Amino acid sequence: MSLKIHVRTTVNGEETEFLCEGRQSLLEALRDILGLTGTKEGCNDGNCGACTINLDGRIVDSCLVLAAEAEGKTILTIEGVASIDGLHPLQQSFLEQAALQCGICTPGFIVAAKALLEQEPDADEHRIRHWLAGNLCRCTGYDKIIRAVLDAGAVVRGAK
Amino acid sequence: MTTTVERPTESQRRFKVIGTRPIRHDGLGKVTGADRYGADVQLPGMLHAKMLRSPHAHARIKKIDTSKAEALPGVKAVVTSRDLPIIDDKPIDLAETLGNPRVLAENALASSKVLYKGHAIAAVAATSPHIAEEAAELIEVEYEVLQPVLDVREAMKKDAPLIHEKLTTHEVQRRFTRGDDTGVISNVASHLQFKQGDVADGFSRADVVVEREFTTVPVHQGYIEPQASTAQWAPDGHLTIWTSSQGSFGIRDQTAAILGIPQSMVKVVPMEIGGGFGGKIGTYLDPVAALLSKKAGLPVKIVMTRKEVFEGTGPTSGSYMRCKIGARRDGTITAAEFYLAYGAGAFPGSPVGAGAMYGLAPYKIDNVLIDAYDVVLNNPKVAAYRAPGTPQAAFAVESTLDELAEKLGIEPMEFRLTNAVREGDRQVNGIPFGSVGCVEVEEAIKNHPHYRTPLNGANRGRGVAMGFWGNGGMQSSATINVNTDGTISLITGSVDIGGTRVAVAMQAAEVLGLAAEDVVPTVGDTNAVGWTGITGGSRTAFSTGIAAITAAEQIKRTMAERAALKWETQPEDIEFEDGVFVSKMNREDRLTFKEIAASMMATGGPITASASSNPRQVGVSFAATLVDVEVDRETGKVQILRATAFQDVGMAVHPSYVEGQMQGGTVQGIGWALNEEYFFTDDGTMANSSFLDYRMPTSLDLPAIDTEIIEVPNPGHPFGVRGVGEVSIVAPMAAVANAIHDAVGIRMTSLPMSPGEVLKALDEQQRAGK
Amino acid sequence: MAVVFVPSLLRKLTGGAEQVTVPGATLRQLIRNLEEAYPGMAQSLLDDSGQLQAGIAVAIDGETNHMGLLERLREDSEIHFIPAIGGG
Repeated sequence: MSLKIHVRTTVNGEETEFLCEGRQSLLEALRDILGLTGTKEGCNDGNCGACTINLDGRIVDSCLVLAAEAEGKTILTIEGVASIDGLHPLQQSFLEQAALQCGICTPGFIVAAKALLEQEPDADEHRIRHWLAGNLCRCTGYDKIIRAVLDAGAVVRGAK
Repeated sequence: MTTTVERPTESQRRFKVIGTRPIRHDGLGKVTGADRYGADVQLPGMLHAKMLRSPHAHARIKKIDTSKAEALPGVKAVVTSRDLPIIDDKPIDLAETLGNPRVLAENALASSKVLYKGHAIAAVAATSPHIAEEAAELIEVEYEVLQPVLDVREAMKKDAPLIHEKLTTHEVQRRFTRGDDTGVISNVASHLQFKQGDVADGFSRADVVVEREFTTVPVHQGYIEPQASTAQWAPDGHLTIWTSSQGSFGIRDQTAAILGIPQSMVKVVPMEIGGGFGGKIGTYLDPVAALLSKKAGLPVKIVMTRKEVFEGTGPTSGSYMRCKIGARRDGTITAAEFYLAYGAGAFPGSPVGAGAMYGLAPYKIDNVLIDAYDVVLNNPKVAAYRAPGTPQAAFAVESTLDELAEKLGIEPMEFRLTNAVREGDRQVNGIPFGSVGCVEVEEAIKNHPHYRTPLNGANRGRGVAMGFWGNGGMQSSATINVNTDGTISLITGSVDIGGTRVAVAMQAAEVLGLAAEDVVPTVGDTNAVGWTGITGGSRTAFSTGIAAITAAEQIKRTMAERAALKWETQPEDIEFEDGVFVSKMNREDRLTFKEIAASMMATGGPITASASSNPRQVGVSFAATLVDVEVDRETGKVQILRATAFQDVGMAVHPSYVEGQMQGGTVQGIGWALNEEYFFTDDGTMANSSFLDYRMPTSLDLPAIDTEIIEVPNPGHPFGVRGVGEVSIVAPMAAVANAIHDAVGIRMTSLPMSPGEVLKALDEQQRAGK
Repeated sequence: MAVVFVPSLLRKLTGGAEQVTVPGATLRQLIRNLEEAYPGMAQSLLDDSGQLQAGIAVAIDGETNHMGLLERLREDSEIHFIPAIGGG
């Protein structure tokens, strides 16, 4: 068995530790070691955004981060977006606007859009399209995704 | 940004549930990441497998030595085509292309020849994907490299290297089957012809004739989820497969045939599917994972990398086409001649038949001659891609028509309306159209604000094109179980890619007077529900909907019987209005669906019904794309300013998901038009097998995609529903090409119309001093 | 007497006729009579076991038929042989 690295990190608000090989990506660790399969692999080379997570406040493609680099970091995955008292406004608006079809890209879009609304709650359509250009979707043509993010932005602003 | 106009469709007047926009039942799992797709399967002791794929586009396999791979610690099993009994038992019959298990086996694991770079040769299962990857590289293969053939026209030449030494051309009436064997050995697998009237006479009566050549290259479906399959072959011979596919029964039947075991020994459990668009109808990994599991005695999961998806799974055909259309001054088309040659990739079976049959479908033309050729070459075996074969054909036809209208001086939509097909007109294959919405779609374009608002600004242009697709019928099954709280569970065999769980649930709810939320839809595995065809061919909401409606009608009859027992009358005396059973004999006797459900245990026991569909009258669909572009003369970049999709959907069940299909197909068409292509080097290597270099449209490349739903009911469905999934991809390429012509005057006749190609055309225009 | 629309590549068997009328209460009878009148037709339509070939789509009065050779025909039915089209 190859030498494993012991990693201590915080995932969705929980103190977490795991053993990983040096060559394993954070995407692989989240899915195969921690069983958090909500973060998806679409390309494994940083081009589709399906594996988007929030790492210390920044959205990154977890396929481009080594699992060992999670040491001491704070990670948010799709599984941590909703809270006990309900869905995040983005999750609700994605459902209401039918902003997903197959759903494989949805986790990445929601994690990415959540970070945008936290930094720029009044982001307009062009800003949203620019922010989400790293997230590929092949089913929807993006139209309803953009509307859902705009709607959620209004809710987030209203709630502020 | 214009929002979708919330206008009351016909459905909202006639129906309570059809036409509304409930939240889909499986939505929560998708927005929280809880839903499990193919790659999310995790089983105790599960091994991970990797494929070894050919580095050559065309080579004979001399020897495969897997000993070093098998010796690597952590490796539990290695398989090659030798492990597939069908390879030795059944000779390869290249005339049978529809679901030919021998060909599928050869495509899953090459036996004597590798026919495209990326063609799978062997597979290794190990305790980790990294070990499996290392082991795959230790497999030694001796090749005799041959000359690859990469272009359709090259492949058709007499002296072209032969992909299959014994392949002879078949004169085919049907694209898929044995026809008359011409005995001519070549890379042309089949020739299909449609002939009506006399084209020579037709062209002699035309005032203007336009003839153009067109070429397109392979493009990929581009689903974001790579193929994934997990198999567990139990010691008693039962095989369970967890996979994301467009049809569990299709995967079961293909896998059983390839492995030579009875279908009853195979259970396919459908995981959520991350997009397919036709690319996940055929099996690639399932039989391989099964073989590895049998050898290792443990479950085995294989997940493709994106590079493997591009190089190892079917794109759609590249094509060479010649389109010639003639018309008189008054705008009536007198003749059309259409030549199509599609690349099928490694094995016969391109969708050239659909292109031949549907390219000219929107137009009533008395004199037609269409010759279609299915050509093998050293590319991955093509797979279906949304209205397979028809977008290429429409690119040729609709571009030629646009030029013809311009030369005749007739407004493009007027020219189309003059020749638009109506009910009773015959298609090129001779079949008369049933109720169709071609005229209604074209009228909707003319009256739409997008079409009527002038487009101004330099280098800007507007283009329009029609699209047609003949939707699928095929068989589906559905089971409904009534719960004592008056809700129902609905089990169907249709995997849900674009919201078909809610679309089918709504149809059952409508029949039973329930709310959509009262239905709990489930996608059953192949042991849990009746045989159900693929989710594809734009058929699921239509055909599985009919199965659900039929089951719901049976439920209603049983409920009426229970009410009749209570009121001591006959079921025939019971009426059902707005979810309430009423006795004709005594109007006060009223029972709601929920009341009868609550007492069902005391009136005869559980109420359940199963039904299947085998629809005859499949409603076809017409659509159109209207697009405004701006061309940057410096860089050649084409920017989409505005896009509107038009489509006759018969009756929109869930308008949001109908709009979603229209928007998604339009954007795939725009990607196909502007930047998607398989770029091969001379040795047959795909140079751009990543999402970085195979450029699919992003949110930043596009405006909002507006949608205009037209509803000409399909008499073949109780609510008038037509298939909606595919036709929206047919028109965009031609619409963008016509818009580019309107903007800067150049006629683009090959795809993609990338910046480099547009610049080249602009330079030629400059030199020609246009 | 059903009207059979002859695919263009089979018209060499029917002396160039685009349509032929053939008796038959079911599709099986029709194809048998078709073969008698125009030898060679059955070979392109049926497989070795005498069934309709896999992937053949026979449209009867514009409707797709799933009963194969068992399909009953009306007096003036229209028969078309069309390519089976795969969906995407």
